Amino acid sequence: MTLKRAAAITGIGEMKPTRSPDGKSTLGIWTDVSREAILDAGLSLGDIDGLLVGQPITEQAQMWPSILGEYLGIHPRYGNIVDLGGASAAGMVWRAAAAIDEGLCRAVLCVTGEASDVDTFYAPRPRRSVQQLPFREFEVPYGPMGVNSGYALIAQRHMFEYGTTSRQLAKIAVDQRTNACANPDALFYGKPLTIEDVLGSPLIVDPLHLLEIVRPCTGGAAFVVVSPDLAKEGTHPPVWLLGAGESSRGMMLSQMDSITASPIAEAAPKAFEMAGVSLEDVDLLSVYDCYTITVLITLEDAGFCPKGKGGPFVEEHDFTWRGDLPLNTHGGQLSFGQPGLAGGMSHVTEAVRQLQRRAGERQVKDCEISFVNGNGGIMSEQVSLVLGVE
Amino acid sequence: MTDAPAQYQKPLPEPSAISAPFWDGLRAGELHLQRCLECERHVFYPRSVCPHCLSNRLEWTAASGRGRVYSYTVVRRAMNPAFAVDVPYVFAIVELEEGPRVTTNIVNCLSDEVRVDMPVKATYDNVTPETALLKFEPA
Repeated sequence: MTLKRAAAITGIGEMKPTRSPDGKSTLGIWTDVSREAILDAGLSLGDIDGLLVGQPITEQAQMWPSILGEYLGIHPRYGNIVDLGGASAAGMVWRAAAAIDEGLCRAVLCVTGEASDVDTFYAPRPRRSVQQLPFREFEVPYGPMGVNSGYALIAQRHMFEYGTTSRQLAKIAVDQRTNACANPDALFYGKPLTIEDVLGSPLIVDPLHLLEIVRPCTGGAAFVVVSPDLAKEGTHPPVWLLGAGESSRGMMLSQMDSITASPIAEAAPKAFEMAGVSLEDVDLLSVYDCYTITVLITLEDAGFCPKGKGGPFVEEHDFTWRGDLPLNTHGGQLSFGQPGLAGGMSHVTEAVRQLQRRAGERQVKDCEISFVNGNGGIMSEQVSLVLGVE
Repeated sequence: MTDAPAQYQKPLPEPSAISAPFWDGLRAGELHLQRCLECERHVFYPRSVCPHCLSNRLEWTAASGRGRVYSYTVVRRAMNPAFAVDVPYVFAIVELEEGPRVTTNIVNCLSDEVRVDMPVKATYDNVTPETALLKFEPA
């Protein structure tokens, strides 16, 4: 099965992240970004016949497609929640394309976001039943620090196996911050960073420093995926889905064959094969970055450098928007902010912005092909996409 | 003022019928793992089917309690306030001699003495009268 050019993203909406909700609700944010995305795609309310939404992390409810559909006045023929953690947004792109390709619908609105802050994000979650989930029984009693400690275990093991250094990891955060300083919407806009700043920030979970860890915040994003016939009527150049690949493994690191290798090694080649493009064709990398180590492992497992050589590769390349390998030009979640699952969606919206040549000051020259990667859990769910414009 | 002992505030495991033999073993100061009778591999965490071959014929067997640190981190800020008294503490994955890996704490040593691949042995922490946690210390 191929989904190459089965559908295109034609509109995006995104809220500028803020440190706290400031009176906003999750549903209110979803509504604002949805409206923006529908109008950006040049569509009207009645055109939207599909709805994919992401489970808010700090809101307890079910049937989100119905909740949002009712509020917006959308009556979807195809509705679902996509529960792939940080990979949900990337997962929505090919799920929407597959539904469109099957004729189930023509225009799918995909929405994520959260009215959250650091305190609500880390607050204990209520339980309604006996939940004898393995991670609760065999991990939580030992005091993990959310997923921070999981990524720390990965980084530590990567250092042991391959000699990766904190300085190399810090360089990722620094380049992305340079990008954020060209993005007025980024949470850390106007705050440049040096490698010494990163290494001098407090160790939180060894070997990860504070400035290598994403910051939970408030925000939201949406995009519209449409059929080829609707794509031609859009306001902006259609951003075509050229290739997609997905691969998942379990939640608990103790259960994985290797914690330094990820299922990106299966997802990314599938996406490139479907697209019929090679790594050298990529003009922009827009890849999940909850931590610095996430980016490094993505570069290795997607094939941009050999396994274990991510450290030297990071040192040799310039990831800024004007560099030789532009990566996370919006600042990445590390510098743009992580508003729940909309953090993962920011990699899709930024790719669209760059491919449609409307990234402003940070516009990558001649940007025609973007590699997007979504990562959920602790390097568990992986969705790789190749997006492109004519 | 009462003389009641401070209550254990950290999250406790809630054993199921399937996992109870593992937790019972820890309380007796012993490490028990499941082993698949068909593919003969050891299994952790406890399950009703073998994740390697889907067999439902699993038996409980005594394990050596020896292993090596597969990876570790030093947690310097507690997310759950109940752990605040312990920071910095070592959160780790240990690879058991029998093959499976377990999430655990490395104890009875300084946090900066822990290394990846360091040999460790099991120690049983009776955190409440009903529950012992499996932890590891330098071998």
